[in-house]
Amino acid sequence: MGVGIEVRGLNAWYGKNLALKSIDMSVAANHVTAVIGPSGCGKSTFVRCLNRMHETIPEARAEGLVKVGEMEVYGDGTDPVEIRRRIGMVFQKPNPFPTMSIYDNVAAGLRLNGFRNRKQMDELVERSLKLAALWDEVKDALHKKSGASLSGGQQQRLCIARSLAVEPEVLLMDEPASALDPISTSKIEELIFQLKQHYTVVIVTHNMQQAARVAEFTGFFLMGSLIEYDKTEKIFTTPADKRTEDYITGRFG
Amino acid sequence: MLKKPGDASTLKLSLWRRGMNQAANGFAIGAAVLVIVPLMAIFIYLLIKGVGALNWAFLTQTPKPVGEAGGGMANAIVGSGVILGIASVIGIPMGIGCGIYLAEYGRDRFGDLVRFTADVLNGVPSIVIGIAVYSLIVLRQKHFSAFSGGIALSVMMISTVARATEEMLLMVPNNVREAALGLGIPKWRTTLSISLRTASAGVITGCMLAFARVAGETAPLLFTAFGNQYWNRNPNQPTAALPLQIFTYAISPFDEWHKQAWAGALILIVMIVAAVAAVRITTSRGSLKGAS
Amino acid sequence: MSDSVDPMNSPDPVEQTHGPMTGIPALAQAVSERKTGVASSVLQRIRDTQPRSSRLPDATFRVLILLTAASVFAIVVFVVWELVDKSRLSLHQFGIGFFFGHNWDPVNGDFGAMPFIFGTLVSSFLALLLAVPLSVGVAVYVTEMCPIRLRAIISFLVELLAAIPSVIYGLWAIFVLAPLLRDYVEPFLAKTLGWTGFFSGPMYGLGMLAAGIILAIMIVPIIASITREVLTAVPQNQREAVLALGATRWEMIRMGVLRNARIGIVGGVILGLGRALGETMAVTMVIGNRPEVAKSLFAPGYTMASVIANEFSEATGDLYLSALVEIGLALFIVTLIVNALARLLVWSITGGTTGRARA
Repeated sequence: MGVGIEVRGLNAWYGKNLALKSIDMSVAANHVTAVIGPSGCGKSTFVRCLNRMHETIPEARAEGLVKVGEMEVYGDGTDPVEIRRRIGMVFQKPNPFPTMSIYDNVAAGLRLNGFRNRKQMDELVERSLKLAALWDEVKDALHKKSGASLSGGQQQRLCIARSLAVEPEVLLMDEPASALDPISTSKIEELIFQLKQHYTVVIVTHNMQQAARVAEFTGFFLMGSLIEYDKTEKIFTTPADKRTEDYITGRFG
Repeated sequence: MLKKPGDASTLKLSLWRRGMNQAANGFAIGAAVLVIVPLMAIFIYLLIKGVGALNWAFLTQTPKPVGEAGGGMANAIVGSGVILGIASVIGIPMGIGCGIYLAEYGRDRFGDLVRFTADVLNGVPSIVIGIAVYSLIVLRQKHFSAFSGGIALSVMMISTVARATEEMLLMVPNNVREAALGLGIPKWRTTLSISLRTASAGVITGCMLAFARVAGETAPLLFTAFGNQYWNRNPNQPTAALPLQIFTYAISPFDEWHKQAWAGALILIVMIVAAVAAVRITTSRGSLKGAS
Repeated sequence: MSDSVDPMNSPDPVEQTHGPMTGIPALAQAVSERKTGVASSVLQRIRDTQPRSSRLPDATFRVLILLTAASVFAIVVFVVWELVDKSRLSLHQFGIGFFFGHNWDPVNGDFGAMPFIFGTLVSSFLALLLAVPLSVGVAVYVTEMCPIRLRAIISFLVELLAAIPSVIYGLWAIFVLAPLLRDYVEPFLAKTLGWTGFFSGPMYGLGMLAAGIILAIMIVPIIASITREVLTAVPQNQREAVLALGATRWEMIRMGVLRNARIGIVGGVILGLGRALGETMAVTMVIGNRPEVAKSLFAPGYTMASVIANEFSEATGDLYLSALVEIGLALFIVTLIVNALARLLVWSITGGTTGRARA
């Protein structure tokens, strides 16, 4: 089951550059929340702060309160390694491990965490692939085909399965379909719709129609600040802020 | 099924993983240190022992007979210069020509073959090149010479210069060539005056690197230039060379000669480091002169 | 094009004088339309309208350049020819048994190369054993762990190791490394690991162990620089993928970087091996130059390159010389195979020869 995310006063820097300015946001559990905005607005940075991937870039840092369920992401003594296990991430360009089979790709996270039991691993791999709607397509070639030999859309679903295998509570998706063709995109969107039953999903997208299709809540970012955050329906029909309205209607972006 | 934090066994697992992370960290740092230490040691010893024996006599005199103190490696320094000069005069134009071929004419299977052969040549042990030049030239002439030594070294320069030239020429954008051709400049002129000129910084770098590499080579000179205890003005006779002299002195049983070996080594390394440093400076301060 | 007049055969002088001028706009247009077919035919027209006086120099230049390229072939052919030709005597005399014979007796004209093959292999593999972990460790440190400011300094220093000539390594090894081994390292090894038989016998300092160590130092830069190249070639998104699963930095390096680069690393190691096999001067100066097969690393040995270096110019008699050349031929073939294999592996990771695709 998914958990809610509470963000208070989140600031993020690239070197001396303040990229996120005091973000406050409450992400609802078991719902899909979209993060939209023009290029450079900080939406990817925001999401990467949630699982502490932001700080892996040299000279980058973040401060503030981020609570995922009961876990304080930036608390003293919190291990980023553990955070990242419990908050999964899917990237814009599918990045399966080319030297590993499909099975090994999905099991990678499990092996990292010391999982040894073969039978349990088999079950978890199957479950994850089913959740990612990929099982039927690959079940006969789990060990034979490499992760990179799949099509783009399949690779992305493999990456989703890989993230799900370690049983996260939250799934972050950074423009997961922008590198894919329309058919694969719609498959991924369908998948997201089903995933929210089990997980809290935060999805970054530059495609407003996608946000409208997939998300119940949407946050609009502009130049490092969260301008408006509300039910998707409200954002796209009666936005409260003029800047949101300008973006939605295509005046800029 | 994965354990949640607070579960005692997660903690234990984390300890192992944490430990491995620290160990790997330590190992990598240790490796860096272990690699740098001999480097430092070599340079420090060269400096200390070399400077001690370096004096004006060393730079101007030829070796004295065994047992007598003093003397120097003047003939070896000059000899090296002569041999390296011959090697460069042969090796650099050949290498550049080969590089031009690979970049401008050789984008096909035959070009691949030439490229592969150049790489093969690069990997041949220098002593084998020495044997080949010995039997090709020295045996026929029936004497050692700076000339044959220079040829052996030039063979080693060709592949380095060729690959560097090829790489640099390929970086020259195509529209520069097309502009020149469109102005009516013939291809040979375009290649030489335009493409090569644009790539000149990188090509010079390649030549300097090749030079630095062969400057220290001893093995191919062992039975081509052979060495000489005296001054020799004739490049068609056995000639002294700095690396050869260092080798002979180092393995000799005489302390005096050991000291001079260090001095000679210091001079050699200064030459080479100067070339390498010059390369670094010209390549890091902006690359291709003139290329967009 | 409506005017299909052949420029070269046209009696119309206007075509000739306007040649280059009409060329440029047409060329620019063709290039901007990316119609390579049109562009090449325009280039053809440009070439055809050029004064005949440049066609001969062009052809001459091309031939000259071709000659230099062919010379690379010629050199390799000459090398092989001379090696084979001069080793014929020995090949004929000893046959394949040459490489298994243990006896190197110039006085009686009996030559067997086994001690040298043994020495070459043992010293090279010992060098690999020491150099590979160090090289990969340095490469990983520089690409994944090092603070950015240190990166340039350390990689420069490692490259500097490659610039030091073999004879200087040998000099340092004779007067610094060997005494160190003799006085501290070898007694220690004899005390702790002497029971294995690899660390026994008289301790000279000079010997197989010294050769292995100095070789290791010499091949570290090669392996390290190739490893660094292939590690850097691993795309950043692979590292992020592993981190996002909840991995420590070492685990990320292991699973996301080293794993992807392993073929290239193997290639670098093999290249290092190739270099170690052919290394002459430094090894000659410290290995002790005794043609014997011994179990202990303290014992002196002899390598293929060393025996040639030491005995070639003193070789009396054609058979002696021929035997040495045959050793050189064997060395040539072995390093050829090893280097070719290494290049293939490295190219498969770094995507072909540099500069293969023109921008």
